[in-house]
Order: sequence, then C-alpha cells, then structure tokens
Amino acid sequence: MINVLFFAQVREQLELSNLLVAATEDLQTTNDLRLHLSNKGDKWANALASDRLLVAVNQTISQWDASVQDGDEIAFFPPVTGG
Amino acid sequence: MIRVQIESFSLADEYQLLNQDKSDGAIVTFVGKVRDFNEGSQVTQLTLEHYPGMTEAILSQIEQEARSRWPLNYVRIIHRVGTLALGEQIVFIGVTSQHRKAAFDACEFLIDFLKTKAPFWKLEANEASQRWVDAKVSDDLAAHEWKQE
Repeated sequence: MINVLFFAQVREQLELSNLLVAATEDLQTTNDLRLHLSNKGDKWANALASDRLLVAVNQTISQWDASVQDGDEIAFFPPVTGG
Repeated sequence: MIRVQIESFSLADEYQLLNQDKSDGAIVTFVGKVRDFNEGSQVTQLTLEHYPGMTEAILSQIEQEARSRWPLNYVRIIHRVGTLALGEQIVFIGVTSQHRKAAFDACEFLIDFLKTKAPFWKLEANEASQRWVDAKVSDDLAAHEWKQE
C-alpha cells in the first residue's frame, strides 16, 4: 500500500488527513497518483488542482515524475508558510 | 538542537543554553511572534500545522547547511505548533560563533530557509473569519539570495 498524507488547505478541502492507496502498475509516478486521486470526484480534483501543489516522497520534496513504490509515504500540500 | 513543540519557550533559558562556551564571542537570537495585522487583515490568533517527521528532518538539513557555510558552535531552533494568541512567540533561532558576522548571517539564513523549506502552515483567524496564509514571493527571494553566494 501507499500511505498518502494531506496537509493544510488540501487536508481541509478533502476533510481527510490520510488515505491508503493500493500500489498498482498504473501508479508509476507522483503525477500518476495525483491524477488517480483527482479522478475520485470534483472535491478531489479541486483540492489537487493548484499549480503550486507540492509533493513529498518519503518526507523529501519531489518532482511530479518521481517514482512511487509500494510502502512509500506520499504527501500532498501547499507551499509552506512557517516561521 | 531542534524542537517542534506546542508549549512556549523562555528566551532567558535559551540564552543560558547558548551561553556555555568561552570561545564564543557572539550570540545572535531571533524570535518570531504572532502579529496583529497581515496582508491588510486583522489577526487575533494563529494555528500552526506541520508534517511530523519531515519537519524535524528539514530543520536538521537546514542546520547542517548553515554549519557548512559558517563556523558555528551552538545552534538552537524551536518552532511551535497548535493555536497561538496575538503576541505569542512562534519561533526561536539562536546561534553562537567566535565572531558576530557569522552569527548574524547564519541566524538570518536559518530563518529565511525555515520559512521557505520547513513544512509548516499558518491558519490566521479573527472574530469573523479564518484563512490560510499564502506563501510570499519575497520569502522565496530572500532564501534564493543565499544560493547565489
């Protein structure tokens, strides 16, 4: 399984902080996972639509062509605003 | 030393922990606070969310990056999470070095990078509404300027 996490506005829009997704051959990259989730409905498509959306693979900021594997922790979140 | 915590911190206690080595000639500290206005909106409280695990890893990387650029002795970073009232402390950065230039520069570098790299998110609220803070282009530029050196 892939452990998918959501933070801040994304978490709020989805009303969900994490989700387990079965690892399949269709999910090769972070972008594949984003598209897969976006297809779950309008709420999902809207929450993941921003061109500023960030993705982390196993707690490291990654690109949208980064590979996704069974057991990975993938997080989607907006640009950070701490400090 | 890196801490992500709900409770506040004492500047006096942190200063004592930085003030331990006779070879240090400079101690620079920074405290970030909850401000009453942001982007034209009144703010009465702030809620900070973070990504446990990744936050600590990123702050540790930022500390290592600072140590590779300047000869630092102690580095202490504290960032609070949860709901904070107006005027409360959010973040502490403290660094020590033999000389002031390294301590000043490293302290500024650490807060600039923390603001643009560490996975924290601010939700501002007042009596009427709440909104997620937008990332600022000026913060990205401040962090980017360090890369050119």
